[in-house]
Amino acid sequence: MAEPRDVTDATFESEVLKSDLPALVDFWAPWCGPCRMIAPIVAELSAEYAGKVNFFKLNTDENPSTPAKYGIRSIPSLLIFKNGQLKGTIVGFRPKSDLKKRLDEVLAS
Amino acid sequence: MTLEYDVAIVGAGVAGLTAAIYSSRARRRTVVFERELVGGQIATTDRVENYPGFPEGIGGLELAQRFQQQAERFGAELRYESVESIERLPDGRFRLVTTAGDYRAAAVIVTAGAQHRKLGVPGEQEFAGKGVSYCATCDGAFFRDQDVVVVGGGDAALDEGIFLTRFARSVTIIHRRAQLRASAVLQQRAFANERIRFLFDTVVTAIEGGEVVERVRLRNVRTGEESVLPAAGVFIFIGQVPNSHLLAGLVELDEGGHAKVDLEMQTSVPGLFVAGDVRWKAARQLVSAAGDGATAAIAAERYLQEHLGPPPLEG
Repeated sequence: MAEPRDVTDATFESEVLKSDLPALVDFWAPWCGPCRMIAPIVAELSAEYAGKVNFFKLNTDENPSTPAKYGIRSIPSLLIFKNGQLKGTIVGFRPKSDLKKRLDEVLAS
Repeated sequence: MTLEYDVAIVGAGVAGLTAAIYSSRARRRTVVFERELVGGQIATTDRVENYPGFPEGIGGLELAQRFQQQAERFGAELRYESVESIERLPDGRFRLVTTAGDYRAAAVIVTAGAQHRKLGVPGEQEFAGKGVSYCATCDGAFFRDQDVVVVGGGDAALDEGIFLTRFARSVTIIHRRAQLRASAVLQQRAFANERIRFLFDTVVTAIEGGEVVERVRLRNVRTGEESVLPAAGVFIFIGQVPNSHLLAGLVELDEGGHAKVDLEMQTSVPGLFVAGDVRWKAARQLVSAAGDGATAAIAAERYLQEHLGPPPLEG
């Protein structure tokens, strides 16, 4: 899987919370500039972590209840889940090296 | 491995990318380091209406991407690394250590820009991304039909406050003085907007909530009276602080932390130039940042001509 898959309010539980692998969800919206800049970086990570982490993206305009549930007030926000539990949050644009570091920390924990 | 460049530029905002266009077009090996967003402050600006040549205005991000394409077209390299230190070596070259490598450059242009000034009250850091924001265009849509506050009294506070009325039910602009600093045109627009109200002579003393922001604590600086205002969002626009920590100890800074330069953006260190929001006496506008970047790159080119000679001929 090279590209992060779209996930919705309806499929969040089955796709993300019940994911067999750790899951990273990129919360984004079409009007958000920094989201457009982080998206290609997340796509690269998705290829690099294939088989280790499942990558998803959720459009917050079309799916308001999941962001509300997790108290998202700023995007891009990347949420990392393991076994249905939220293990890490990255808010705002970060360079790739920072994202990898944070992801590796969560995977090692 | 140490990479060598003619010109190293620190920060890919408007000043840095403009300098990169000039230096790379002058056929100097040019690198631009960026630790966050290409475009800097304009990357999160909704619309730019005062950049000449775009009579209908242009999206900030789109303009940033155009600057980037133009710099890369002439061969400038963009590296997503944070510069940790700049040092002048005995041979006159500069050493730059980044989060990913060690570089040498004959001339350095620092265009590190400025960042949002923090309020420095309890709850501000804890609720960052949980209701505390420094960017209405980024986060405003999460406050649909909610009550938010804006802290500040300048152009940015009013501009962003007006933007927030697209989403928020009410916007309360909290300003510590009795009068706004914002331009007359923005004041008129804000006063005419029925979703905006003002609290003057008032400061925020704390931001509180549970999972997310729920209220702010206020104090009237004239009467000393304390109060609590329910709010889901706190947008802070109280000015900028220059990103000059790399320059401390290297060049002279003014009391605000801005680097002192001459009219050619030259610092007291030969070969080290500073341009854009991080220099003193800057107009802090998009177009002046671009002008600064060009001025610095032209001065750097003159410096390189003296020390390295002309660039190699093409082909």
